[in-house]
Amino acid sequence: MLALQTSTERSATRAPLLSLRGVGKAFSNGVTALSGVDMTIRQGDFVSLLGPSGCGKSTALRIIAGLSTPTTGGLDWHGETIGQRDLGFVFQEPTLMPWASVFDNVWLPLRLRGVSRAQAAAEIGEMLERVHLTGFEKAVPRELSGGMKMRVSIARSLVTRPKLLLMDEPFAALDEITRFKLNDDILELWQDRKLTVVFVTHSVFESVFLSNRIIVMAARPGRVHGEFDVDAPYPRDERFRTSADYAALCRDASEALLGAINASHQAYRGRA
Amino acid sequence: MTAIDQSATVAIDAEEVRRVRRERAERIGRWVLPLTIMALAIFAWDRICVWNEIPHYILPRPGVVLQALYNDAALLFSSLLVTLRITFLGLLLAVAGGVGLAVLFAQSKWVEMSFFPFAVVLQVTPIVAIFPLINIYVDNQTTKLLLCAWIVAFFPILSNTTLGLNSADRNLRDLFALNGATRWQELWLLRLPSAMPYFLGGLKIAGGLALIGAVVAEFVAGAAGQSSGLASRIIEAGYRLNAPRLFAALILISATGIVIFLVLSWVSHMMLRRWHESALKQER
Repeated sequence: MLALQTSTERSATRAPLLSLRGVGKAFSNGVTALSGVDMTIRQGDFVSLLGPSGCGKSTALRIIAGLSTPTTGGLDWHGETIGQRDLGFVFQEPTLMPWASVFDNVWLPLRLRGVSRAQAAAEIGEMLERVHLTGFEKAVPRELSGGMKMRVSIARSLVTRPKLLLMDEPFAALDEITRFKLNDDILELWQDRKLTVVFVTHSVFESVFLSNRIIVMAARPGRVHGEFDVDAPYPRDERFRTSADYAALCRDASEALLGAINASHQAYRGRA
Repeated sequence: MTAIDQSATVAIDAEEVRRVRRERAERIGRWVLPLTIMALAIFAWDRICVWNEIPHYILPRPGVVLQALYNDAALLFSSLLVTLRITFLGLLLAVAGGVGLAVLFAQSKWVEMSFFPFAVVLQVTPIVAIFPLINIYVDNQTTKLLLCAWIVAFFPILSNTTLGLNSADRNLRDLFALNGATRWQELWLLRLPSAMPYFLGGLKIAGGLALIGAVVAEFVAGAAGQSSGLASRIIEAGYRLNAPRLFAALILISATGIVIFLVLSWVSHMMLRRWHESALKQER
């Protein structure tokens, strides 16, 4: 059901959106965060970057976002005009401005592009409705729960209607019930808005539930260990979460991750 | 039907009762205790004067000081106004200069590294030692005093605001960069709001320092016989052994300092109460 280095026809036929070609990143303190990373993100993909800490998955995301430049190799956007301004980014923490209301926080990306409060109001209203926060426009972040803050953060990342959404372990700090709910919500948004999502996580269960493709990464140096399709139909709901298929897929993904972790340790021992 | 009757009184255990009682006692004690101690101290002061037959030109009884405050009200309050004017203008300039310099420093690490040491030098050199120089170079009396109040008060604002501008959340800065924010947008929408709690903390200190700066400047200038603020009233009263008036002026200065601190604390609380940790009520 889940095989390394294969890809189903479904994702293979889609046009590529972005390729990383031999991307490496070295820091001045001698750490090699990434080395020779090749990966292709296709349009409409929900790709998870899964790996142990230190495998450079967040660095890869920052390079895609343009927040960091690769030491070697480069990015190929396949002629797409997607620039920095056409992507949304969701951080590990909600990263809201504590002094600003929910409305103003969501307004920020549009405001920075010169869109006035009145012009933006309709779009912000729709976005807040999508993340079930209608009525909380005037609240400030500290009045919200952790899950609600994350919803504001997601609304903010999508208010500019980007094609590509980058998420850096966004739900890692949330409780399980909230995380499940947000997983459902993000899948819904992905399908409705025809997004392409790159989702960084260290949770096997989350990556299997969400993505149509998982890229497993190993550490020291950060590299792609394997890549496979999650062959289960969307929409995925609570029934999928408790199905035998899901359990089997999770077991396969766990084994792949274990392989990546072992490879990381071997690399470490080999060097030492 | 398993509906819970909301109107029923909830049983409170002994620990909760103790906590409520302690909280109420603390709330009352916060005001009553200092006022009681103050009243007792004034009473003791009065008794000591009577029992030891201390002459009023050495230590006047509290009643006599109050009398002086009332009798010399016109003179003292007009002097207070002079001191207040210098204090507030000095504080205003300190805010403008402190925040302005901090914003300049925030534009470039190089500028900050180059000029911050000068601000420190200005801060650590005692103002009394600088004043004779100011006296030589500056003619205008008000300008002299203002310069003094400014030098004393601007540093906490500069140093706090600089710290605040540099402590904007890293991820938020990335987010601003991702959305193509200009330097001005980042300053106005991110760094200045981030610096607000730090700035207000600096302002609270600077308010008191501006008063000290104004009074010290008046003292040094007043020694040259060319001032009319509260400090010169104190010097004058000292020469004439008019202790009641001396105490009255002193009380006015202290009261002014307390009022300035309370007002600035209130301003700070009002500006931060919706979002900053420091202004939030403790929730258990």
